[in-house]
Amino acid sequence: MSETNSLIQIKGLRDGLLVSLDDAPWEDQRVALLARVDRQPAFFQGARLALDVASQVLRVNELVELRDRLSERGISLWAVISESPTTEKTAQLLGLATRISKPRPEENRQYAVEDLGEETALFLNRTLRSGTRIEFSGHVVVMGDVNPGAEIIAEGNVIVWGRLRGMVHAGAKGNRNAVICALDLSPTQLRIAEEVSAVLRPRENPEPEIARINKDGKLQAELWSPG
Amino acid sequence: MPAQVITITSGKGGVGKTTAVANLAVGLALEGAKVVCIDGDIGLRNLDVILGLENRIVYDIVDVIEGRCRLKQAMIRDKKLPELYLIPAAQTRDKNAVSPSDMNRLIKDLRNDYDFVLIDSPAGIERGFKNAIAAADRVLVITNPEISAVRDADRVIGILEAEEKGPGALIINRLNPALVKNHNMLSAEDVLDLLAVELVGVVPEDENVIISSNRGAPVAFDAKSRAGQAFRNIAKRLRGETVPFLDLDHTGGLWQQFQRLTGRK
Repeated sequence: MSETNSLIQIKGLRDGLLVSLDDAPWEDQRVALLARVDRQPAFFQGARLALDVASQVLRVNELVELRDRLSERGISLWAVISESPTTEKTAQLLGLATRISKPRPEENRQYAVEDLGEETALFLNRTLRSGTRIEFSGHVVVMGDVNPGAEIIAEGNVIVWGRLRGMVHAGAKGNRNAVICALDLSPTQLRIAEEVSAVLRPRENPEPEIARINKDGKLQAELWSPG
Repeated sequence: MPAQVITITSGKGGVGKTTAVANLAVGLALEGAKVVCIDGDIGLRNLDVILGLENRIVYDIVDVIEGRCRLKQAMIRDKKLPELYLIPAAQTRDKNAVSPSDMNRLIKDLRNDYDFVLIDSPAGIERGFKNAIAAADRVLVITNPEISAVRDADRVIGILEAEEKGPGALIINRLNPALVKNHNMLSAEDVLDLLAVELVGVVPEDENVIISSNRGAPVAFDAKSRAGQAFRNIAKRLRGETVPFLDLDHTGGLWQQFQRLTGRK
């Protein structure tokens, strides 16, 4: 038992329990976690669980399986934190949070606004359907549509090579220079920094547009023109 | 050949999941397939009523899962079609009485003896929905041409993709061609444009659906009903046949037909 214990660390957070796993094989970790839960069912009953899986690469099936097992025990999995982009993407697909309010030490760094130019971008080569929420500390590029009911929250710019019909928040940490571009800009709502714009008039024949905060401090969209 | 397991789901309630399951089951059975339909809406069962079988229920799906009866005992044979069976939901229990692995086990026992297993999913994306899609080979998402229903369908398709159940295929139900023509209703193209998945059928709005549901004889039995025709066509497509889509504009009356003939429309 002491052996399985060493794999798993559990601590309390403001919004639930944080379970940290290490890089041991996933199957062992999973079994150890469930065994731990089964030993103290009363403690875990009704808990909200955030899982820190270190650099494990997890696929949808594996996470779904674990989520089901946990939910059978009255535990809801609400976040999966990982260093692996694959796992992070999987968690996002399942609508799980990928960050918890207490940031990981390496994310503690505060980026100055100018630094964003060199910041990384998240490239999503798919359509974001209703219920998907993407949060990213850099720029977000979507090759596909953003459907109504989907949300993107980026600290940098957001580029959509497709139809933007959901909600996008660019410059989420206050960068008023952030922009949002889309081939068809018909969002439910756009936000840049603290500015919010409700529905932009839909166009009969959509053209590429770019939304930014103008000189008067208003969020405004204009047609893209070359040069 | 083992059975094809098809789940019908929607996200939003009231768009016609149960009606579709009943009609596709009848459509498939009319084509000579051996069909079992399972009511996955535990606690709010309806499929038995639409098939007109509610007074024959002795055992239900929870009885099978909890071992109070054998699978065959819970299977109710249809009044008209000897190769159509229903496994009813329990009315007095809730979704937690069944788990996804229970569903997998149950369906494994059916696979070898039938051609199609149709599962009626409850509304929502919680436990009951997870149960309903657990064993599915194919998921049909049904929606109405309304923004709220389409958005929920989009969410469901997203979840299906995430759970690696494929993107699903779409049925658009209760389309009213007259309203579409006047731009008062989303057209099938509008819906497809947003959801971007394979379309297996468009079912027109038809009051016969309600009349026949209340009678306990699904509209697919009705040779004259256009909705019945649409459901029978979907059933054929599920069997792998290529059936052209109904020309829904045809209901528009003589004037439209005249316009079509003269090439003005």
